[in-house]
Amino acid sequence: MDDLLVIAGREFGSRLVMGTGGAANLAVLERALVASGTELTTVAMRRMDVGGGTGVLELLRRLGIETLPNTAGCRGAAEAVLTARLAREALGTSWVKLEVVADEKTLLPDPFELLAAAETLVDDGFTVLPYTNDDPVLARRLEDVGCATVMPLGSPIGTGLGIRNPHNIELIVSRATVPVILDAGVGTASDAALAMELGCSAVLLATAVTRAQDPERMAAAMRAGVEGGRLARLAGRIPQRFWAQASSPAPDTDL
Amino acid sequence: MVQRVTVLGGGVIGLSTAWRVAASGRAVTVFDDGCRTAGSWVAGGMLAPVTESWPGEEELLDLGSRSLARWPAFAAELGDVGLRTEGTLAVALDSADLGVLDQLAGHLRGLGREADRVTGRELRALEPGLGPRVRGGLSVPGDLAVDNRRLLSALRKACAAHDVRFEPRRATPSTVDADVVVIAAGAWSGALHPALAPVIRPVKGEIVRLAGRRGALPPPTRTIRAHVEGRAVYLVPKDDGLVVGATQYESGFDEAVTVGGVRDLLGDAEAVLPGIAEYELVESAAGFRAGSPDNLPVIGWLEPGVLAATGHHRNGLLLAPITAEKVLTLLREGGTP
Repeated sequence: MDDLLVIAGREFGSRLVMGTGGAANLAVLERALVASGTELTTVAMRRMDVGGGTGVLELLRRLGIETLPNTAGCRGAAEAVLTARLAREALGTSWVKLEVVADEKTLLPDPFELLAAAETLVDDGFTVLPYTNDDPVLARRLEDVGCATVMPLGSPIGTGLGIRNPHNIELIVSRATVPVILDAGVGTASDAALAMELGCSAVLLATAVTRAQDPERMAAAMRAGVEGGRLARLAGRIPQRFWAQASSPAPDTDL
Repeated sequence: MVQRVTVLGGGVIGLSTAWRVAASGRAVTVFDDGCRTAGSWVAGGMLAPVTESWPGEEELLDLGSRSLARWPAFAAELGDVGLRTEGTLAVALDSADLGVLDQLAGHLRGLGREADRVTGRELRALEPGLGPRVRGGLSVPGDLAVDNRRLLSALRKACAAHDVRFEPRRATPSTVDADVVVIAAGAWSGALHPALAPVIRPVKGEIVRLAGRRGALPPPTRTIRAHVEGRAVYLVPKDDGLVVGATQYESGFDEAVTVGGVRDLLGDAEAVLPGIAEYELVESAAGFRAGSPDNLPVIGWLEPGVLAATGHHRNGLLLAPITAEKVLTLLREGGTP
C-alpha cells in the first residue's frame, strides 16, 4: 500500500523535502538531491535568476523535482508577499514556502508578520506552506487562515541542534488537520527519524546535507531516517516503562 | 604561415592566454569591451587553493596547487604585479566556525597536506590587528595573493610587447576572422557557444575596497580567510589597504551592489579586524564569476577552430598560468574535439 504525502491535494512519494542552499557546487547538489529521493525542493527566490537556463532551477527541472519557491531573507509581510507574487509570475506556481524572519541573528519566524503574510497570500490564491515557530497556538492560527501545511522548526535554521522541544511538535501534530512538516534544525539522521516518530508528515532540511562532509551519503542517511521514523510511527511503539519487562513469555503465561 | 588566433575576453584568462600564445609566434587579437563587472577586475586576488578547498573538490585542489606552483615564475616575468608571499591565515570566530576549520584541516591531512592549527593568541602574535573574537585557525603559508588590477595592466603590457592587437568591443566566434577562436569570456562565455550555454552561468559576487588612514592600524601582512557565524569572508591586503570579499548569489547578471551584501562584508570584516572601522571606504563593486557545474574550468576544443578556456568560477587568477599553458599545448597539438 502506498503511503503518500498529500499536500493541498497533491501526492508525493517522498516525505523528505529538500532545500538547496550551502552545497559546494551544483554537481554535489545534484548527487545529494538524487540520493535523497526528494520530489519537492525549495529554492530562495530573492535574487534568483529565473530566465538563466542554468543553475539550480534548471537542475531541478532536469531531475523532475518540483520547485517550491520560498521567501527566505524577507523581514516583513509586505516583502514576503511581494517575493511570493514575483515567484508566482516567474515560475508559474502558486505554491510558496512562506518565510518571514524577525532578525538575521536567529532567523526565527516573526509570528505577527508571518500570520499577516499568510492571510494575504491565501486570500490571493496561493498554496501557503509557512515556516513557523514550534508554537502550537501559532500553528493553529496558520491553519485557521488556510495554510496548506504548518512547518514548525526543530531549532533555528542551520544550527543542527535537532528538535529542542519534542513535546511542542507532538502538540502541533495532535491538533493539526493539515500535514505538519518539521522545518529547520535537523543535524543528523536521528533528528529526521525523531520528527517522523513524533507524527510529522515530512521533514524539510538543507544544511545538514549540503554542508556534510559527504553530502550524497548524508542525503541517503536522511532518506533512511525519514523512512524509518515514518514506519515506526505507523507501527505503533511500545509504551515506555520504568521497570524491565522480560521479552520471553513468563512461566505462568497461558499460550 | 603564421596561425591567427582570436581571444574573446580580456580578463585574466584571456590576457594570460593571449600573452603566452603571442609569445609562441602566433598572431593574436583580443576582443574585450573593458567591462567593469568582469570577475578578475572585481576579485580580491587570492591565490589560495588550500584555504578554499573542501571535501569533494580534490581535483580542483590538485589543479589549483599545480597552478600556484607556476605563479612565482609567472609573476616574475610580468614585473611587479603585487604578488604577496606572506601566506594565508584561515581564522574562526566561534566554536562552530572552528569546527568547520577542523574539518578542513582533517580533510587536508587526509590528503597528506600540512595545515597547522594555531590558537587565537598565536594568531594575534602573527597579525596584531586580529580582534579579540578570533578564537583560532589554520596557518597556510603556501597560499598567496596578487594585486589583480596591477596584474591585469601588466598582462596588457606584456601582450602589447608581443604585438597582440586589441579590439575594444565584444565579438562572437562566427563574427571574427581567425584560424582559431579561444572563448575566454568568463561569465559571458555561455552565450558564445551552444556547448557552453548549459554549462557556464554567472555567479554574482560583491566586494568592498578599503584604504588605510593615518592613525589607523596598518592592514595585516597575510591574507585572512575568516568564518564568521557560518559566513565566509576574506581580507586581502593591498599596498594601501584591503579588499574585503565576497558575497555569492545566483542572480544572473544583476549588477547592483546591495545594502545587505555590503553590510555583511563590513560587519564580518570588522569582527575579524576591528581596526578597519577607521579606514576609508573607497569602493564597492559587483562582478560575475564564471560558474560551472563542478566548479572546475572548461578548457578544450568545442569544435574545429574553437577552443574554450572558461568556467574558472572563484579561481580565475589562481588558474591563469596553468590555463594559458594548457591552451598553448592544445594549439600546438592542433587537435579537435
